[in-house]
Amino acid sequence: MTAAADEQTRTHAINMDALDRPSGQSDIDSEEIALEVSNLNLHYGSAQALYDVNMVIPKNRVTAFIGPSGCGKSTLLRCFNRMNDLVDGCHINGKIELHGTDIYSKQVNVANLRRRIGMVFQKPNPFPKSVYENVAYGLRIQGVNDKRRLDEAVEKALRGAALWDEMKDRLNDNALGMSGGQQQRLVIARAIAIEPEVMLLDEPASALDPISTLKIEELIYELKQNYTIIIVTHNMQQAARVSDYTAFMYMGKLIEYAGTNKLFTNPAEKQTEDYITGRYG
Amino acid sequence: MKVQDWFKSGSPWIWLNASAVSVSLIMVFGLLALIMVRGLGFFWPSDVQVMDYVDENAQQIRLMGEVWGDEEVARQTLLENGVKLDTDDEFITRYTLKTGNRDVYGADFRLILKPNIKSTTLPDDALVVVRREWGNFYGFLDSIKEKGTELALTEDKLWSELEARTKRVLELHDEIVDIQKSDIGDVNHELEKLRLKKRRYELDNELTPEHLAELASARKVQDDRYAEIQKRLNELNQDIARDSMVVRIADGSKKEISLDHVVKIYQPNQMSVFTKLVTYFANIWEFVSDEPREANTEGGVFPAIFGTVMMVMIMAVLVTPLGVIAAVYLREYAKQGPLTRTIRIAVNNLAGVPSIVYGVFGLGFFVYFLGGNIDQLFFSEGLPAPTFGTPGIMWSSLTLAILTLPVVIVATEEGLSRIPKSIREGSLALGATKFETLWRTIIPMSSPAIMTGLILAVARAAGEVAPLMLVGVVKLAPSLPLDGNAPFVHLDRKFMHLGFHIYDVGFQSPNVEAARPLVYATSLLLVLVIIALNIVAIGIRNRLREKYRALES
Repeated sequence: MTAAADEQTRTHAINMDALDRPSGQSDIDSEEIALEVSNLNLHYGSAQALYDVNMVIPKNRVTAFIGPSGCGKSTLLRCFNRMNDLVDGCHINGKIELHGTDIYSKQVNVANLRRRIGMVFQKPNPFPKSVYENVAYGLRIQGVNDKRRLDEAVEKALRGAALWDEMKDRLNDNALGMSGGQQQRLVIARAIAIEPEVMLLDEPASALDPISTLKIEELIYELKQNYTIIIVTHNMQQAARVSDYTAFMYMGKLIEYAGTNKLFTNPAEKQTEDYITGRYG
Repeated sequence: MKVQDWFKSGSPWIWLNASAVSVSLIMVFGLLALIMVRGLGFFWPSDVQVMDYVDENAQQIRLMGEVWGDEEVARQTLLENGVKLDTDDEFITRYTLKTGNRDVYGADFRLILKPNIKSTTLPDDALVVVRREWGNFYGFLDSIKEKGTELALTEDKLWSELEARTKRVLELHDEIVDIQKSDIGDVNHELEKLRLKKRRYELDNELTPEHLAELASARKVQDDRYAEIQKRLNELNQDIARDSMVVRIADGSKKEISLDHVVKIYQPNQMSVFTKLVTYFANIWEFVSDEPREANTEGGVFPAIFGTVMMVMIMAVLVTPLGVIAAVYLREYAKQGPLTRTIRIAVNNLAGVPSIVYGVFGLGFFVYFLGGNIDQLFFSEGLPAPTFGTPGIMWSSLTLAILTLPVVIVATEEGLSRIPKSIREGSLALGATKFETLWRTIIPMSSPAIMTGLILAVARAAGEVAPLMLVGVVKLAPSLPLDGNAPFVHLDRKFMHLGFHIYDVGFQSPNVEAARPLVYATSLLLVLVIIALNIVAIGIRNRLREKYRALES
């Protein structure tokens, strides 16, 4: 009980810190750009899911996508690592550039792209293998089989996901025996083990209890130092707590995109204001 | 009103389900119980009875043998058959007496009527002689002869002397069989290799004098070896024929039996229950570990067990990769549409094709076409005698692999479709290609389902007989498909199979009555073999299941 309370205060302190940071107000034009989306339209069969989306994602910042269910925020997120390729009947027009290269061009190797742009899903999806093998999975795929290198990478990734102290003695246990919060951090560790440039988080905390959620948020704040993070969330408080920039989407359109403080305190659009004040959505 | 409530409560359905389950269970256990009782009773050393019996011609005769069964026969039936009866009973018990001594009486069994039995005794010194030929012999030990001269022995020494001499003969026999099987088999194998080598040279036009000389010298070595073995064999054969015994049969006449024809001699009436039990298990062991004798109606079934298990294992090794690859393609790579649907329906229907059709296909395609071509290409020196162009264990396994393929495909597809999408996405998001995802995650996770398919396939394949009769099973295979001669595994050889053995012993043998218990025992064994194979597979599956427990969600 006290431990949990402690945790909460600590996290709270960090969040206050996060809200006070100088970059939050800064102008998006002054940031280094990681991803650039231009005129993106997406159809599922005959139904259009995204309308003419244009945006830039700044490097080493946290960008949040908010909006009501079905607004296309997850769909947009899944465009960044071409996860939508797996969906039958999905058509994409427009361009997404990662540091200037179009990720949808024919020359791009999708597997390599996904190594550069990692993803964490809504529900924790560890493989039915040991903790160690889960984290080492991406590296083994890349052909790394040197035991020492793997050990180092696994430790680093687990430390990065704030899981090392809990799991260091249980590396050979089956990952399915862990709690939901641990599993989600394991999945994050698995993603950072291959050192991507961008991390896509698709509602990473929606299936977790409040304490696990706080841990994940804390983790996001720390990962920001090294990774460009895009997070989709239902929870506006969460977006306010963790992100530097926030995009509000509605019915497949990008309605407003601005610094988080500005969007939450002084939205430019009526729809944004209605949504964040809880009038609909 | 009440009845309606009862219906609504659902209990009638529960009762219906429960009764369906009970009926199935009763059928399964009833079947097992029947074959167990009929099959296992056969190995019990039953008492030998001596009877004074009035036969059809009102002559009093003396009979000796084991009672194998009894039945109630209507008086009318007997009278119509011209049997004279003393009693007025409506039904009369008729025993089947195994009198043995086929070489004396011409038959092993005799039907006797209970009212005509005047007296029955169980003499302690009644002897049962199990012979290599002509079935059992029943009688009393009279004397022992060595090289044709009778040994002067007192009554009480006779039996122990016989036991000792039988033991010696059995040891000699083992040695002879060993020499025939391994040494002579080896020489024959080498000679055959030389013959094929010569033919190869001929076909390649390389039969130079040097080669000829080389072959001749190699042949000489083997011939010398053979002559040596033959000499040793002759000695042994003389040795083994040294002793004989004289047995007095029920009617008082005497018969001399050479000891080298004897498999086993025992005196069942003297045995305690414990000794009988020991003999019982020894008999069962002999049944599962020995080779058949006398057109399969006596002896063991080891080659059939071996053939069945080996054939099923080769089948499993063949069908698993084939089925898994097909299922992965159908489920993961092929575009889902009318074509894949059609293929799926076709696969499911293949499971319903009568197995004999697969046999015909196997014979036509595998044996004659594939095997024939393999012979042309690789074994031309053996022609016109075929190597693979004739039924054999490989073609049997392959035929059954095709037969069980649908089961494996369906089960694997089922397993693949049950893997959550999130696992695939998780793997792909880490930069794995589709193939890597399949190979490292999806297929291991579906392995319990693949094993389920394999279990069903094994169960079906082990019980299948009809197609095998066309593609490789024989009544009596001279050698096992696995032995000490390189290359050790002989996939071209014909083999014996428990299922076919049942058919052959039960319905094709000259002595059906004697073989009937063997049919039950062999059936029991076949069921046990299938159960054992399944238990192994289920054990593997459960371990895999534990390992790849699906995500709880």
